[in-house]
Formats: sequence, structure tokens, C-alpha cells
Amino acid sequence: MFSLLLVITMASSLNIILGYTGYVSFGHIIFYGFGGYVGFYLISQQGWSLWLATLAGGITASLLALMLGSAILRLKGAYFALSTIGANVAMMAFINNITFFGGPTGLSLNYSIYQDYGGPAQAKWLIFYTLFGLALVTVITSFMVKFSKFGLGLMVIREDEEAAKVLGVRTPLLKTQAYSLSAFFPGMAGVLFFFKNGSVEPNDAFPLHQSIEMIVMVMLGGQGTVLGPVIGAGAYEQLRSYLLTSDLFKDLQLAIAGLLLLLIVLFAPTGVIGWLRSRSNELRRILE
Amino acid sequence: MLEQLLASVIDGLLLGFIYGLAAMGLTLIFGVMEVINLAHGPIMALGMFGVYYLSMEMGLNPYLALILVAVLGMVLGLVIYGIAVHRILDAPELSSLLATFSVNMMIIGLGTAFFTTSPYNVEFSMGSLSLGPIILPWNRVASAIIAVAATALLYFFLYRTPPGKAIRAVSQNRDAAELMGIPSTTMLALSFGIGSMLATVAGGLVATLFSFTILSGATYELKSFVIVVLGGLGNPAGALVGGLILGVMEGVIPVFIETSWVPVIEMVLFVLILLVKPQGLLGAK
Repeated sequence: MFSLLLVITMASSLNIILGYTGYVSFGHIIFYGFGGYVGFYLISQQGWSLWLATLAGGITASLLALMLGSAILRLKGAYFALSTIGANVAMMAFINNITFFGGPTGLSLNYSIYQDYGGPAQAKWLIFYTLFGLALVTVITSFMVKFSKFGLGLMVIREDEEAAKVLGVRTPLLKTQAYSLSAFFPGMAGVLFFFKNGSVEPNDAFPLHQSIEMIVMVMLGGQGTVLGPVIGAGAYEQLRSYLLTSDLFKDLQLAIAGLLLLLIVLFAPTGVIGWLRSRSNELRRILE
Repeated sequence: MLEQLLASVIDGLLLGFIYGLAAMGLTLIFGVMEVINLAHGPIMALGMFGVYYLSMEMGLNPYLALILVAVLGMVLGLVIYGIAVHRILDAPELSSLLATFSVNMMIIGLGTAFFTTSPYNVEFSMGSLSLGPIILPWNRVASAIIAVAATALLYFFLYRTPPGKAIRAVSQNRDAAELMGIPSTTMLALSFGIGSMLATVAGGLVATLFSFTILSGATYELKSFVIVVLGGLGNPAGALVGGLILGVMEGVIPVFIETSWVPVIEMVLFVLILLVKPQGLLGAK
């Protein structure tokens, strides 16, 4: 359940930049890892409370996106996608070298810290509810963005960026804001998740393949829709946990996920929600 | 200090030719069909395993094994093109990135199931060549020579043979090439096959030098990205130069600071070049 809530948060956030704005952030996991690292550092080394640290993780992830985005959002299409991969790998290698973040071995928590939150079991529940709240807020934000003037601007950028400029949409500003917003929730989720695990190391914090799994979830459900990422995340997690527990497919989990991705890309590029919407007008009115 | 530096430069240059060869496969595919092949790394890894099985299990000379690996790499490329790439050529770039990444996942998934992720090693040594104070293992020298030869062959093919010229025509303007009677689909498939062949050969050469796992390709794929961007996306000669630059950087940087900083520098450089000079240091065609 933890990972389900996590992936819903991540996929819905990614959808803001990927689905609404049309920029393919391949290395979106960088915000989860970086925000999580900052938050975890504040908790374990500076003695901050979980709540403040979580907020700080979200804010630093957003700031990183603001700085990074104001540079790389000028790039188009595949060049942007490549640069996000580069940024993610650079960040992972960088943190590997930073001693106060623990270098390659990372950081870990003193288990007594869970006592402040009513013992380990209680702390887990607390994180669970917080993560639930975070996922909910993310989906609500995604909904509000889609039906705001801001969201409209983003979708114009997706459809035709040149036309958007001509119409007076301030594209660089809007893109950067969208990128920054889509980094905020993953940053917070990172702190919560690392706190639950009690430790963090570079390889766990910036896994490129998970970054792409997020894209698969968004595509599976339907990019640019509010419900799509939620459904995609749910379905993908179900599939993965089924594959991981079955003896037959355990080793082939990645291969099957790849096959699924290929089938979506080739035959259903609009995803489940997009497909349902194209089936009937009534569904089109209900499903967003 | 100076000797150490010289040795690092030569080491880096020798490795750089192999990096360049790998990157050429990536850049050729991009140049012809504007597809960034995210399955490049796993294809290289398959080349490594190809050489391993042919030489260690079946007793072939590793360099002879490379020829067979090259043929298999071509076939693999044609299959991937037919299944995953052909249909999404005209779709938005997200589709081609995801389609090739799905191939990446499938290869890694199957590869992990078959080979596990434990390291393999092609045990094969030809002694060393000493040039004054510098000692070079013959393996490295031979690999560099093969990489150069493969590059020369690629150029001969692209500039002196009819199918090579047809590929270049398709890369310049697919519609016009089609009107001139060039079967563009065949040429696209062929160039994807060649790109994949170059990747497997480069992988095979890497296998004769270092130990590897099914996941090793990812590192070289990232290096290839850096190189391709250094040399200009779609420019094979640029890829070779980019490979040499990267090789020398990897040789020289550890002389001054810790090796673990190398990927940071590489990746920051990568993003910076994309931002400042996306046509590459040499400029694309």
C-alpha cells in the first residue's frame, strides 16, 4: 500500500509536466531523490521534525526544478528528455561524492527516533496516513491545475508552443512553474519514504528505471487526464506485485513490464482513459 | 607525474576509440531516423555476452567471435526495428523514446533471468607492449585497432557503396529519396541494423578488456550520450572525436581528483553542451 500511494503521487505529479505541458521528463525521480535526501539529512543530522523536514524536502525539490527548469526547459522534445536523464545521473554521482550526505554509503537513522512518533509501528501508520493525504492533495492539485487558466496555458503549450507565444502565453514562466510544481510532491514523498525505510543511499534514491516506470503508469492510464495516472499507477502496481510474487514470472517482471509498455506505445497511445473517452460521449463528460 | 599523465592519455585514447565506435551506432540511428535508441546499452551488453559465450564456452578466438557477434547484432537490430521502431517513426518523440526503452526493459529482464546480474569475465590475454616507461596490454591496442578498422569500414560503406549512399539520402530527405526510387523502409531498417551491429561490436571489445554484467551496458549508454552530444547528434565522425575526448578525460581526470567525480563532470558537461551548443562541438551535418 505504501508503494501504491507513492506511485500515485509520483505519477500524478509527473502528469503535470508530461501530460498537460507535453515535456517528457525522463529523469523525474531526481526530485524524489534530492528532496528526500535533503529532508532525510535534516531529520537525521539536524534533528528537525518529520513534518518540517518533509516540507523542506518538497520546497528544495521545487527550487531545484525552478533552477534546472529555467535552463533545460528551453530544449525541445528529445533534447529535453536527454537532459533530464543527464541531470539525474549527474545528481546521483554528485551526492555520491558529498561527505555530509554520507557519500556512497548514504545516511541512516538512529532507530530511537521512531519513539518520538510513538514507536516504530505507530510511526509507520503515521507515515501511511500522511502519504495518503499527500497522494490525495496531489490528485486534487492535478485536478485544479487542469481546470485553471494556468492549466489551459500549459495545454496550449503542449498543442503548439509557437502559437501559445503568439497568443500571449508567457511560455517560459508557465513551463518553469509547471515543472516546479511537479517536483514539489515527489520531493515530499521522498522524505516520507526514506524516513519509513530508516536509511537512504544514492543508488536507491535516483533509480532511472523507476523514473521510466512512472512514465509507463501515466501512459497506461492516459496522459493529460486527472484520473489516468491514478488508474495507471494502480494497475501497474497490481501487475508488478502479481508478477513479483508468482514463481513463473518473478525473474521476468521487467521484461513483461517492457512488453506492456511497447504494446501501449504501439496500440493505445492515449491510455485507458483516453480510450474510454473516445468510445462514448457520455464517458467523455464524466471522465477527466 | 608527466609519465603518469602520458600513460593516462594513451590509455584514454585507446579506450576512446571503443567509446567512439559505440557512440557511432547511436548517432547513426539518430541521424537517419531521429530516434534516440534507449536500448543501446542492453544491445551492447548482449554483444559482451555474445563474445563471452563464443570464446569461453565454445573456444573461439574472441576477435573471431566478434565477426559472428556483428552478424547477430545486425539481425537483432533488424528485428527490433521491425517490432518496435517502424510503427512509431512519425509519432511524437515520446513514443520513440518509450518504444526503445521498452526494448531495453525486455532485454534487461530476460538477460537478468538468464545470466543473473553477477559479473562475467572473458579470460584472454596477449601480453603487453612496452614503449619505454609505458606498458600497454596488447588487448587494449588490438581493441583500439579493431575499433578504428570498423570505423573505416563504416565510412567506406556510407560514402562508397550504393546502399550506404542510399542511407545518407534517406537521412537527408526521406520523401525525396523515396521519389528517387530508394526503398526507404529497407534503408531505415538497415541503418538500425548497422547501429545495433556497431553497439554489439563495441560491447564485444569492452568484454575483452573488463569484466561485465548484463547491466553494464547502461554505463556505456550514458557515455555514448555524452559523446554523441559532444560530437553533434547525427554526426558519426563527431562521435569518434567525442569518444576520444571522453576517453582522454577519463584517463586524465583521476590523476588530479578522485575517480568518483568523473561521472559528475561528464554529466554536467553533457547537460551544458545540450544547453549551450546542442549542435555539438563539431557541429552536426
